[in-house]
Amino acid sequence: MSTTAELLKQASDLFPDEVVTSAHVRHFDLPFGAGRFALITLDNGLDHTKPTTFGPASLANLNTAVDQVEKEAAEGAIVGVGITGKPFIFAVGADLKGVELLKEHEHALAIGKGGHEVFKRLSKLAVPTFAYYNGAAMGGGVEVGLHCSYRTVSKAIPAFSLPEVFLGLVPGWGGCTLLPNLIGADKAVSVIIENSLNQNKQLKGQQVFDLGIADAIFEGADFLEQSLNWTARVLTGDITVERPVIDRGEAWDQAVAKGRFIADGKVHGAAPAAYRALDIIAAAKDEDLQKGFDAEDQALADLIMGGELRAGIYAFNLVQKRGKRPAGAPDKNLARPVTKVGVVGAGLMASQLALLFLRRLEVPVVLTDIDQERVDKGVGYVHAEIDKLLGKGRINQDKANRLKALVTGVLDKAEGFADADFVIEAVFEEIGVKQQVFAEVEAVAPAHAILATNTSSLSVTEMASKLKHPERVVGFHFFNPVAILPLLEIVRGEQTDDASLATAFAVAKKLKKTAVLVKDAPAFVVNRILTRFMGEIQNVIDEGTPVEVAEKAVEPLGLPMSPLVLLELVGPAIGLHVSETLHGAFPDRFKVSPNLKAVVEAGKRGFYVYDSGKPELDPEVAALLKQGDAVLTEEQVRARVLDAVAQEIGLMLDEGVVAEAQDIDLCLITGAGWPFHLGGITPYLDREGVSERVNGKKFLAPGVASVPA
Amino acid sequence: MPRTVRDVVFVDGVRTPFGKAGPKGIYHETRADDLVVKAIRELLRRNPGLDPKKIDEVAIAATTQIGDQGLTLGRTAGILAGLPQSVPGYSIDRMCAGALTAVTTTAGSIAFGAYDAVIAGGVEHMGRHPMGEGVDPNPRFVSEKLVDESALFMGMTAENLHDRYPSITKQRADEYAVRSQEKAAKAYADGKIQADLVPISVRRTNPEGGETGWGLVTADEPMRPGTTLENLANLKTPFRVHGRVTAGNAAGLNDGATASIIASEDFARENGLPVKMRLVSYAFAGVEPEVMGYGPIPATEKALAKAGLSISDIGLFEINEAFAVQVLAFLEHYGIADDDARVNQYGGAIAFGHPLASSGVRLMTQLARQFEEQPHVRYGLTTMCVGFGMGATVIWENPHFEGDK
Repeated sequence: MSTTAELLKQASDLFPDEVVTSAHVRHFDLPFGAGRFALITLDNGLDHTKPTTFGPASLANLNTAVDQVEKEAAEGAIVGVGITGKPFIFAVGADLKGVELLKEHEHALAIGKGGHEVFKRLSKLAVPTFAYYNGAAMGGGVEVGLHCSYRTVSKAIPAFSLPEVFLGLVPGWGGCTLLPNLIGADKAVSVIIENSLNQNKQLKGQQVFDLGIADAIFEGADFLEQSLNWTARVLTGDITVERPVIDRGEAWDQAVAKGRFIADGKVHGAAPAAYRALDIIAAAKDEDLQKGFDAEDQALADLIMGGELRAGIYAFNLVQKRGKRPAGAPDKNLARPVTKVGVVGAGLMASQLALLFLRRLEVPVVLTDIDQERVDKGVGYVHAEIDKLLGKGRINQDKANRLKALVTGVLDKAEGFADADFVIEAVFEEIGVKQQVFAEVEAVAPAHAILATNTSSLSVTEMASKLKHPERVVGFHFFNPVAILPLLEIVRGEQTDDASLATAFAVAKKLKKTAVLVKDAPAFVVNRILTRFMGEIQNVIDEGTPVEVAEKAVEPLGLPMSPLVLLELVGPAIGLHVSETLHGAFPDRFKVSPNLKAVVEAGKRGFYVYDSGKPELDPEVAALLKQGDAVLTEEQVRARVLDAVAQEIGLMLDEGVVAEAQDIDLCLITGAGWPFHLGGITPYLDREGVSERVNGKKFLAPGVASVPA
Repeated sequence: MPRTVRDVVFVDGVRTPFGKAGPKGIYHETRADDLVVKAIRELLRRNPGLDPKKIDEVAIAATTQIGDQGLTLGRTAGILAGLPQSVPGYSIDRMCAGALTAVTTTAGSIAFGAYDAVIAGGVEHMGRHPMGEGVDPNPRFVSEKLVDESALFMGMTAENLHDRYPSITKQRADEYAVRSQEKAAKAYADGKIQADLVPISVRRTNPEGGETGWGLVTADEPMRPGTTLENLANLKTPFRVHGRVTAGNAAGLNDGATASIIASEDFARENGLPVKMRLVSYAFAGVEPEVMGYGPIPATEKALAKAGLSISDIGLFEINEAFAVQVLAFLEHYGIADDDARVNQYGGAIAFGHPLASSGVRLMTQLARQFEEQPHVRYGLTTMCVGFGMGATVIWENPHFEGDK
């Protein structure tokens, strides 16, 4: 048994539940008399909904297949070796379930080495090797092809990426080293760093070819036939593959610098993966492949044993799995059909909601407001947005006509809502106003209609309390910008019944939102945590810490933006309003900052001016600030803020605001854009020791978002 | 409105390699529509002069028009092949003469002036769609004795044809079959067949059929080169005890697809397309369903009469070998020797296989090659028998004919 085989055997013992990929070897004659060919098919035996992955046993299968073709190549029995995938899937890389199980650095190192040892053999056969990217290719799937002499790609491929950095890894089976040597550092940085950090952007087949990753591109209908035809002509010498010369000069260093700039902009140095990948890309300039592969092994092992990757995988699974099967949602068969939607209010938020319902549900949507002018403006907004989609080619003229015909505006609620199944209000945040609106809607809407509120901080139970049928009221809390942020907090009032809740979840699914079930508690989840977080920042500023120290204190978390920039985005007035609501509910933990109040009263929309191109404290704001004399260091600020967040989350879980800490994290990722490397926030609080310091225990069991014990 | 009948030409034709139907066959895990789609795409690649927008029709034949051979295959195959949405399509069924009928029907429309250029072809995946799948014959066929019960079983009709021609013995049929295999093997060795084949990628997940994974098919699977009379002598006669028809002197059950470009001669020349054969006449004829294999004889009589030609004018024959007896009956009728060099020069369906509705275009593709090689021949014909008692014949003129020079 070779060392590679031994390594993989040990690794597969640790991962008994692997979905094993076979590597079938099949022989045939190529066209044009080019000779006998061996084609390896990667196939896990399941349909395309279960993509092919590489765990240790899968790698061992590929290793065995390479044993066979290596021998045949050496004996002159074949003229070339190809590798392709099952229908619609090439291979989507390492099996993450196996990575989660790893407990020891040396085992993690073995995973990296194992992949390298197998893939590398493809580049050392006595005959040329060809990868045919027939379908989705990610991570190790892409990398196995990079070890081949030539590559073709299908025009029909919807997804091709090296997503490792997105999750918290590096492309560590050759990606960091081979890709820049194939297409140059600049393009490699785009694929490995920029796309990964840009919400894991996927390449399509044409881009894979245009980037120079593939040497030829063919349409999906007869991709494999044409690839093999091309292969035959390469082998007979009819086609010579020419690749552009890579710029190994200054451009290489500039590309790496660009990568660091992109990484800083996204994770602010808080997550190591992008930087480790960039170090390897930088070193790949001298073409010492083995040195690069060794560096990849080391980086993989370090990252696999680090908290950021574990949090990243946890976050990925939350979004991909829990986000699609919301915890606590009632039986979906209880949901009632929604064939018409009413929107109370025709302001900007209401109009955005109308547009979203229209596009996703494609049912009639009726807007109402207090005067014709507002109604016309709301409908006009929706029409203008539809025209924008038409202009961008996102929808065709027929679809635009259909959508425009579906949206109407009326003054009379009785006329608009008489046959509506779902009515959502987005009027002024005042409990009396909202109760009045719901009473009016209940008087005219059908008895089964869901009454939904987009309130961000008012009690859903109280809003329903004066209705004849309070059981059909649900909270339906979107996050701005509605079209972009996936989160939808679905709030169950005390009297909300299962059918109404099930309908709300069914609608959320059609809206393609990540729905999380939330108890009717003040400010629900995201706003409560963000307000506690911001409140603590505001407190230390009020007490005397300089603004820039308070801001810099949380930089190591790598949040998408600093607290005060976030406040500016939300709007200081809204921030103040939510803090007042929460102060009303929990006066000892939520203070209303007099400085914030002063800023709002002065009509300022933010703390910063951007005249110099960078945010600088607005002198007018600075003049308003009245600070104490308690000056804290960044570390002290950070500790106070994290302690506050940990305490608040602990209390929320005790109150049963959501089912589990996982829901808190899912909300923060999808509603506030908190990063994967924090896993939302509780994995970070656990690994930094904050949870135990504040609450005496961790939020998550060992192994859930950390290295298992 | 005055009209002029236009000359119609066979521009080009291709086919997939033919496979054996069944779980071990090469196409067992390949869809029928994919086969014909790949044939159409290869045809278009070979003829870049044909702007796909100018294709007026896609006529695709299949005998069993359900599942992956249903859904108006001509239309769906056009879309799947990447033709512009503006190109229409439809399906055709005349059992074994499906692709042949796709050619003649569109040819008639071209002559009339309704089309300039079309794709015509056929497909039959007898592994996925066994003969007779889903059929529901009207009980009156039997109660009123409209047809003999054997009419639905092609092998039995072949035995009946032996009865009609007592001089055609099993020995003669077997000798014919051996020659067909020999001629096909020689045609392969001489590279006459491969040029018109479309390589097809095939997947196999069941190891019983051989190596698993993706493979590439570049040759006909049914071929049995080296077949001897001794090999054939003791084969079973499944259609009649002590009968004459065996798996060795008949075409098998097969999977495959064909496609051709048919155009007006003016269009072909204006667009720089090859002109491989010129249509002279065509005819279909019905016979008693229980002697289905007799069909080519009256069909050829009609086609010759329409063309004003006699059988002696025909220099090359491509006769579909559903059964050796059916070819021999034709030859005997016209007084042509069993081993006449003008007949099926590359061998026939006994060797290559006969995926029912696709076969007509295979005959044409082979005749077109022979025309090119033999410019002394002016006329040739393609003919086949058709289930439920029919025959189909097309007479072609060789555009390379040099005899008048």
